[in-house]
Amino acid sequence: MRDRTFAPSRMLIYLVVLLVAVAYLVPLIVVVLNSLRSNEEIAQTSMIGWPLRWAFGNYLTAWSDFCVAQTCAGIRPYMLNSALVTIPATIFSTLLGAVAGYAVSLWRFRGDQWIYGIVTLGIFLPQQMRLLPWTIVLRDMGLMNTLTGLVMIHTIQGLSFTVLFCRNYYVSVPQELIRAARIDGAGFFRIFWRIILPLSPPILVVTVIWQFTHIWNEFLYGVTFTTGQQQPVTAALIALSAAVADIPQNGVQSAAVMIAALPTLLIYLIGGKYFVRGLTAGAVK
Amino acid sequence: MAALSIRTLSKRYANLEVLKGINLDIESGEFTVLVGPSGCGKSTLLNIVAGLDRPSAGTIEIGGRVVNDVEPKDRDIAMVFQSYALYPSMTVRQNITFGMECRHVPKAEQEAALANVARLLQIEPLLGRKPSQLSGGQRQRVAMGRALVRDPLLFLFDEPLSNLDAKLRVEMRMEIKRLHQRIGATIVYVTHDQIEAMTMATRIAVMHHGEVQQFADPDTVYRYPANLFVARFMGSPPMNTMKARLEAEDGGPVVVIGAGRPDEARLRLQGYDAAASFVGRDIVVGIRPECIAEGNRGFSGACGAPVVVNAPVEMVEPTGAETIVLLRLGGESALARIAPDIRPVPGERAAFALDTRRICLFDPETERLIA
Repeated sequence: MRDRTFAPSRMLIYLVVLLVAVAYLVPLIVVVLNSLRSNEEIAQTSMIGWPLRWAFGNYLTAWSDFCVAQTCAGIRPYMLNSALVTIPATIFSTLLGAVAGYAVSLWRFRGDQWIYGIVTLGIFLPQQMRLLPWTIVLRDMGLMNTLTGLVMIHTIQGLSFTVLFCRNYYVSVPQELIRAARIDGAGFFRIFWRIILPLSPPILVVTVIWQFTHIWNEFLYGVTFTTGQQQPVTAALIALSAAVADIPQNGVQSAAVMIAALPTLLIYLIGGKYFVRGLTAGAVK
Repeated sequence: MAALSIRTLSKRYANLEVLKGINLDIESGEFTVLVGPSGCGKSTLLNIVAGLDRPSAGTIEIGGRVVNDVEPKDRDIAMVFQSYALYPSMTVRQNITFGMECRHVPKAEQEAALANVARLLQIEPLLGRKPSQLSGGQRQRVAMGRALVRDPLLFLFDEPLSNLDAKLRVEMRMEIKRLHQRIGATIVYVTHDQIEAMTMATRIAVMHHGEVQQFADPDTVYRYPANLFVARFMGSPPMNTMKARLEAEDGGPVVVIGAGRPDEARLRLQGYDAAASFVGRDIVVGIRPECIAEGNRGFSGACGAPVVVNAPVEMVEPTGAETIVLLRLGGESALARIAPDIRPVPGERAAFALDTRRICLFDPETERLIA
C-alpha cells in the first residue's frame, strides 16, 4: 500500500490540527511561563516572554506565604478546602449515581423512566437558576458558608450526570443476570455489591474524573455560598487577584493558578485513557 | 404428588393477551418440555412459574403450595437461562456457591455440595476460571451446576441449548437427558426446537397463541396430534396435510385426495370408526413423510399388501441417511422419506408405498383431530 502519511491532504489536516492545538495551548503556555518569571521581570518587559531568570520561588510563595484577604498563608488552606469539598462530593455522587443508575436500568418499576428523566433534567438547568433555591435550602439547614453545604450541593447536582453515565452503562448488562441472582436469593443491594459493582470500574473511572474535575473547577457556588476562610481555591484565586490590584503580582498569581489546576490535570493524566475508553465502551460481555 | 400445578393462568400486557387460561399438572420426576414457535408465550409462562413475572389471573402451585405471592428465591426452584447468565466477575466456584452464600449455608456444606456437582458435571478443572475463559459448552455446564447445587423441587430451563452450535447442542441434549435419568429431577424445559422436545421430554406441552394445544407424551403428540397446528409443528420434515374427501366403499372409509381429477388418489383405511360421521364430507388428511416410502417397502407390522400409488416426482433431496422426495398426490404436494439409495427422477412417475394405518384425519372447520 502507498504511504499516505505525507500526502498533501494529510499535511493539510496536520496543519489545521496544529493551529487548533496552538490556539488552545497559548493561554496555558503564557501562564506556565509567567509562573516562572519574577513579578518585576513581567512588569518591566511584557506579559508574554521567555523567563530571563527562572523564578521557582513563585510557587513557594503562592503555596504558603502569599496574602489573601488579610491572611498570609498562601493558597494552601484553600486547596485543602477544595479537597475537602471535592473528594467527598465526588465519592458520594458517584456511589449514589451508580445505585440509582442500577435501579432505573435493571429494576423496572412504575415511573422509573420519569424519575430518570427528571434527575437528568438537572443537566440542562442553568447554574444561575439554581442559586436562589440553594440559598434558601442552605439558610434553612444552617449550612451557609460551610464546606458541608458545598459537599451537599455538589453531591446532589452531580447526580444528574452520574445517574446518566451509570444508567447508560448498566442498560447493556443482560437482564438475565439479575433474574438469575434473584432466583439465587440475592436482593437489590447484594446484586449491586457482588455482581454489578465488579462490572463497573470503567464507568466509575469516567464518573469520578468527570465529577472531580467539575467540582474542583466549580466557581459560582463557591464564591456565592462561602466567604473568607471557607472558600474553595477557585473562589480564593479571585480574592487573590483583587488583593493585589495595587501592585501587579502576575508571577505569583500564575503560580497559584498552576497549583490550583494541578489536581485535575493529574487526575486526567492518570485516568485519561480510561476516560476516553469508558465513554466509548459500554459492553460488559 | 404434582410438583407443579398451573390453574387457569392468564397474562395480558396492555391489550395483548399472551397466555389464555393455561392448565398444566406436572408430576414429580417428569421432564416436561414446553415447545412452540417464538411468541407463543412459553417463556412468559416459565418466567411466571419462576416468579420473575406476575400472572394477570390464575394460580401456580409448586409442591402443593400456592406460590403466587412468593418471591422467586423462596419458591424452591432453580433456573438455567438461554444466555447462561453466569456472573462475569465471579469464578466458576463462586458462581455455583453464590446461591448458597445468599442463603447463609455453612461453608463446609457449600464445599460438599460444590464438589458433588462438579464431579457430576465434570467441571472440577474449571472451578477457578472466570466465565469469559470458558467455551460455550463449559458455560452451559456451569449454568446447570449452579441450578443443580441447590437441589430444588423444580428445575426450569429456558432454551438452554439455543446458543450452542449444532454439534454441541446434540451432545448437551443427550447429557441433560442422561442427567435427568440419573437424578430424577422434575424439569420444565422451554424450547422452540421440536426435536429437543421429542428427544428429551417425558411429556410435551405444545403451545401456540398463548394456549396449550396438546399436553401428552412424545409418542402420542407425534402419532395423534390434537390439531393441525401440532401436526405441522412437530416432526421434521413436517406432516403432509392435504385437502381430501372421505368416502365409503364396501363399508370402509376411503380418503380421496384430488377427488374428481384423473389422478385422484384413493387410500383405503382400516378402522377409523370415529370418522364415520365425516363420510361424504371434506376433511384434511395428514400423512407423515415416513409413511410414504418407495414402492416395494413393507411397513413393519402391516397385514396385507401396502397401498401403492403411482405419483409424479417433482424434486429429490438426498440427505445421506434417506432421500426426501417431493411428489404430487392427487394434485397436492407431499413429502416422502425413501431409502437413501433410491433416487427417483424428477419429472417422471414413481411408485410409492403408503402406510395407511398411521394417517390422521382432521376436521377442516375446527382443525381438530377426528381419528
